[in-house]
Formats: sequence, C-alpha cells, structure tokens
Amino acid sequence: MTSERLSTTALIYVALAGVLAAGGAAVAVDGGNLFSTANLVDMLTRTSLTGFLAIGMTLVILCRSLDLSVGYVAALSSLVAATTMDGAPGNVPLGIAAVLLVSGLIGAANGAIVAFGRVNPFIATLGVGLIIKGYLDTEYKGPAGDVPAIFQQFGYTRIAFVPVSTIVMLCLAAAGIWFLRSTRTGHHMYAVGGNIDVARMSGIRTHRTRITAHVLCSMCAGVAGMLLAARFGTGSAEAYTNLYELDAIAATVLGGTLLLGGRGGVAGTVAGVAILAVLDTVFNVMQIDPFAKDVLRGTIIIAAVALYARRQIDRTARRPRFAAAGTGRP
Amino acid sequence: MTETPVLAMRGIDKSFLGVPVLRSVDLTVAPGEVHALVGENGAGKSTLMKILAGVHTADAGTIELDGRPASFTHPLQAQHAGVSTVFQEFNLLPELSVAENIFLGREPRRRGFIDRRAMAARTAELLADLGVEDLAANAKAGTLSVAHQQIVEIAKALSQGADLICMDEPTAALADAEVELLYRLIDRLRNRGIAVLYVSHRLREIFDLCDRITVLKDGRRVDCVDSAAITPDELVTAMVGRRIEAVFPEPLPGTEIGDVRLEITGGGNAWLDGIDLQVRAGEIVGLAGLQGSGRTEIAEAVFGIAPFTRGSLAVDGRQRRITGPRKAIASGLALVTEDRKAQGLAMHQSVRANARLVLDANRRVHSGRRLSRIPGILSGLDLVSRGLEQDVQYLSGGNQQKVVVAKWLATEPGVIVLDEPTRGIDVGAKHKLYSVIRRLAAEGIAVLLIASELIEVIGLADRIAVLHDGRIAGELPGGATEQQVMAHATGRSRA
Repeated sequence: MTSERLSTTALIYVALAGVLAAGGAAVAVDGGNLFSTANLVDMLTRTSLTGFLAIGMTLVILCRSLDLSVGYVAALSSLVAATTMDGAPGNVPLGIAAVLLVSGLIGAANGAIVAFGRVNPFIATLGVGLIIKGYLDTEYKGPAGDVPAIFQQFGYTRIAFVPVSTIVMLCLAAAGIWFLRSTRTGHHMYAVGGNIDVARMSGIRTHRTRITAHVLCSMCAGVAGMLLAARFGTGSAEAYTNLYELDAIAATVLGGTLLLGGRGGVAGTVAGVAILAVLDTVFNVMQIDPFAKDVLRGTIIIAAVALYARRQIDRTARRPRFAAAGTGRP
Repeated sequence: MTETPVLAMRGIDKSFLGVPVLRSVDLTVAPGEVHALVGENGAGKSTLMKILAGVHTADAGTIELDGRPASFTHPLQAQHAGVSTVFQEFNLLPELSVAENIFLGREPRRRGFIDRRAMAARTAELLADLGVEDLAANAKAGTLSVAHQQIVEIAKALSQGADLICMDEPTAALADAEVELLYRLIDRLRNRGIAVLYVSHRLREIFDLCDRITVLKDGRRVDCVDSAAITPDELVTAMVGRRIEAVFPEPLPGTEIGDVRLEITGGGNAWLDGIDLQVRAGEIVGLAGLQGSGRTEIAEAVFGIAPFTRGSLAVDGRQRRITGPRKAIASGLALVTEDRKAQGLAMHQSVRANARLVLDANRRVHSGRRLSRIPGILSGLDLVSRGLEQDVQYLSGGNQQKVVVAKWLATEPGVIVLDEPTRGIDVGAKHKLYSVIRRLAAEGIAVLLIASELIEVIGLADRIAVLHDGRIAGELPGGATEQQVMAHATGRSRA
C-alpha cells in the first residue's frame, strides 16, 4: 500500500532476519545448527497453529477489537471436528463444515456483543470464552472423537521440510492480505479501527464490518482447532490451557499491528509469528530453562512494542505557528 | 437574484437545553457564489453550519437545495444532497492514503473488488482539477501538512458531487502562503459553479474572497449584504452591534493593585511569539482574541503544559523555568482549564476528593491547614451539593466549576489563570463566579482571565491584552469598547 506501511512491514521482516541470524549464531556457538532439517521442520511446524489464530486476531485488532476466546474456540473446534468425523473418512467434509459453522456462529456472537451490546471487547470475548470453557469442562472430561487417518495428514505430512499445515497457513495469510487490500469490507476495517466516527460518516456499515472481522477470526480459530485434532488424532478440551490467544495477540502486535486498531496487516503478523517460532526453536535447541524462556519471550515482546510506539505518528500534534528558531513570520 | 439559489434556509430555529442558539435565521446562497458567514464567538455560526451538515437538526424552519425541500438527520444525507462540510477538525484517517480517504466508503470496484488503479487515477484527476500538483494520491494523510489535508477534504467534497462546500474557519491553521493556495482553490470552485459558504473571523479574507456576507449576532441574522457595499468598519459594527448591558460586580472596596506577580518577557514557543505580559497583585488582566489566536496557548505556556521555549517568566520577582504543571503549582500558579470535564475534574469521584486533589498530589503545597480550609472555601463559593461525598458528575455545570475553582484556591495561589471559566454554566453561577473573581483580586491574587465572551473581559478586567495570530496585537484599558477589541483581534489595527 503506502510506502510508510510497507516500510513498517519491511522492518519487521528485517527484524525476523536479525532474529534468525542471532539465533543461528547462538546455536552455532553452542555447537548446534539452527538450520538443520529437523530444526527447520520444528520452526515451521510451530508457525502454523499460532499463525491461524494470529491471522484472525489481526482482523479484529485492526477493527479496534480483541478476541480472547480463540483458545477456547480452537479447543471446542477440535472436539467438533473429531466427533463429527468419528473415524470415517467420508465424514471429513462434514466435519470441516461443522467446525466452520460452529466457530463462525461464536464469532458472530462475539461481534454482535461488541458492536450492538457495546460491551468492551476484552470483557465480551473473555465472557464468551469462559462460557465455552464451562461447557467443555462439564461435557468433555477427556479426549473425544476419532480423526480418520486421512485428515491426520493435515497435522503430519510434509513437502520436503515444509509441513502441509504451514503451507495452508501461508495460503490463508495470502488470502487475508488480499482480503484487506482488495475487498471493501477488508479495507473498511482500517477505517473502523482508525476512527469509527469518520467511518460511519463516510457511510461505512461499522457494525457489519466489526462482526465480519469477529466471524473470520473465530473461523480461523476453528481451522486451528482442526489442526489440533489432526495432530492429536482426537478432540481435546485440554487444549485451551495453552493460552493460545495470548500468543496470537503477541504475534499480531509483534507484527506491527497497532493494538488500538487502524494500522498494520497480515503480512507483518506472519513475520511476528515466525519471530516467536524461531525464538522457541532456539530456546528448545539450546535447552534453556522454560521459566527463563518465558522471561526472554516477555522481554522481547515488550521491547518490540516499545520500539513501535516511538514510530507512531503523533495524531494529536498541533501544527506549530512559529518555527522553533523563533523569528516568527514576516 | 433570479436564478434558483443552491441553498435557501428560512426561519431556522435551534435551541440547546432550552437556550436558543439560532432564532429565525435566513440564509441563501447562489450557485457559484462565495458567501461569508460572520459573527462573534457564540453568534451561532457553527450551529448553523452543523445544521447544514446534518450534524444537528433544526427545531423549526425550512431548507431548500436547488429549490427542492431537504431535511437531514444524518451527515450522509447532507452529502448525498450535495452539501459537503470541511470542519476545522479534519475527518481524515491518518493511516490511509489520500486516495483511500477521498473514496472511503465509496471505493471504485472492478468485478466486485477494489480497483486501486481507478481510485488513484480519479484522485489524480480531482487534484489536477483543483490545480494541485505536489500532492501524491498514495501519500498517507497523516503525513500531510494542514493545507494539504484541507485540499484532500475539498477534493473529497468534489468527488461526492457537492454543489455547496461549507468551510469552517479554513485559514485558522494555515500559513500565509497556504492561504494563497486556498484562495486559488476557491476561485476554481467558483468558476465551476460550486458555491462556497465561508465561515471566518478574518475580515481581509472576507473582503478578498466573498461576494456576499451574512452577519449573525446572538443567534439572529442581522444583515446580509454585498461585500462591495460595506466597509470593514461597518461590518465590525454590525457584528458587535449594541447588546444588553450585562451587569458586572464592581471591584471590592480595598482592592489595591500592588507588585507584579506574574511577568512574561518575550515569551514564545511553537504557537506564541514575543509575548510581554505583566499581571500585578489585585489586578485582573483579560486575554481577548478570536479562536485560535493563542489565548489558551498562553495559559498552557504559563502552566508548563506547553512551556515557553523563548523568553523568561517570573513569579513574584523570581525567575522560574516552568517545565510542567508540578513546577507551576510549586511556584504558586493555578490554572482553571477550559475543558472542565476532560481536564478539570475526576467526574466519578466525590467533591471532597476533587477539591483536595492538587494538595494531595503536591508535597510542596500540601498542609493540614490548607486541607481543613476546603469545606470553608466550598461554602464560600455557594456550592450546591448533597454533601462533600457526592460525585461531581451529578452536579450542575456551574457547581462543577466551583469545585474546580475551590481545588485551586485550596493551594493559596499567587497567580490564577482562568481559561473560559464561565463556559457552559448558567447565568446565576456566572454571576457568582464574577464576584469570586473580584474577591480573588481583593485578596491580592493576580488574575489572568481568558474569555471568548468579549463582554466578560471588558466588564471584569483592569487591562485587556488582545491576541492575534499568537502575538499580542494591542493592549486596552478595562472598559474598552467591543469595536476596539475586535479591531485588534481581527488584525485590522496593523493594517
């Protein structure tokens, strides 16, 4: 799009390259090779799950909303997929459809509560997430359902060292970039997040735009849930304990999307996801203490966002009437 | 005029909370005409413009566009009817490009998807039409100068097929060279038969640009004349007119004007230049000037919100470098801000909590004696509340303002700056505040009073400094006429 936005995204890819180089060096000093096939596979595998969630999260954050329910939606979706498919390859399309329907409806509920109910998105989606959690905790004491072998391919197959799930995630990302750029609804998300009054005054249906973002976000979480099901071979309510939603938000913000909305995009988010994946793989290879690992991750995320904050345009700046040097105007 | 006017407003009435703002106002604008709408602050210009933009709905009266009756309840309806408004606060999205802003909500499509090439081409066409070459369609709006943002707004209006473009103080934030550009732009609009409604305080621009002038005063249309048929002096007289004498309390007996308490020498920053100002103990100095002339900027500079970067400032004879509100408070300064709700009060907290906020927050002024004075200060201001524990949000505007004033009086300041202290409060509370201001002076406090209601400054101040374009354009004694003040404020004293 505009040069400014491109340069922000470019910067994040430079940062990704830097993290790769620094991580590679650190692993090399340790006597390993970050770019061995096994490590590359590990890195790329890590990108897919967070990637699905973060792509959807980018859309809602662009609209100045948030979705804290994606982890629960993913867990529920893994169960819906596994129980609907129930070991029968013929049921795979039905299972996919059921997941997209269920997750889409949850997204519509999230969006409607935020848009029409005027509930703060943080609270609205946390509430919906807790409702799903309660349902999962009472209905599913353990794993349920059975994913047929053919659908498990989605979790395990690789083309060379690239997992199929990562390819699907990148395709979804490409679709997301195109959606934001070339459809009116996608384009209007920037306006809704930038200034909802201006958007409304320009004739944009702001409620519809925000609800669409939430529906798409939840459906992305549904896809993530299917990936979980494919990996585990069964549906698992326990998946929500991993707090995937926080990783997704971190990756989105790391990717340069403004938490206040109106600025950013999916391309940056993919880089943010990749940065987190590289870090995790490096920590893994170097066998860093899991607690130290979290400290490092947290520090890096905060530092990155602090850096972005300095790059923001000062929207409140008034135009100076007199130059700082101060002889004034003739 | 024989041709059908592009706009005919007749008998427009509008009240807010029972206070009439517009009374039976008529306004007609011919196609291709540049029509000025002038009047003092509060004369009703903005309200009339907002009715035209569909932001407000008139209580009574009719609007006709091209001879067809129209009624707007939403800004979009006004736009569709061919009326576009360029407000002082631009409605651009800083993160989107020029083209994206112009076509927001109406993006050209090809096979259902946004056609960026067409959008850029049509934007370039629009800008070329306006004679603007140095503005790229893909530049981000947030990176543009104010003048260029204004051009984008005008281009947006054109792309919506506007027959009438309203501009609210379009030159308020422009430098001289940029004003020239705007002149050329308006000429082009005129040549294309597009009418412009031009709201401005600046007489020179009005006489340079406009064909006819409608003068509003106290919500009524007092005149509509050809600009060739009136002199600037006559126009000022029409704007000011004669008004019902407001009654201001006399200075309290025993008020003595003493030593200089606040002295600014050559003060300047990004908005102000060459400010020389003294306020003595017991003196009330009024700051007059039109919107954007730098009144609030002086208050903010004195209080360290946007400090002076040039010149010097002394309080009670001691040089001070005031770099923030804490320094200002420690130096014995107090500021009652213009925006009570956003900057003056914690709305969800009690009267007591608000009144003691400054004392609690600043060790330098905190003392048990001062805290214990607070109830007395509040009752001295005739605060009407259900006790000190009531949340301030439930008080009337006037009573809220009394809490703000009490909060500052609690610090026993040497200098108090009052920025629009009577904005949005009822008459009774206004008069109470006037006598409070008199009492402050009698207690030896130096008072700097900012008010857009000229009559307040004239009625209360011992001296009046009139600002124009970030400079003090002239000083007048208290009791000067409105014409004298307006002459300085509109920059005519220099011409």
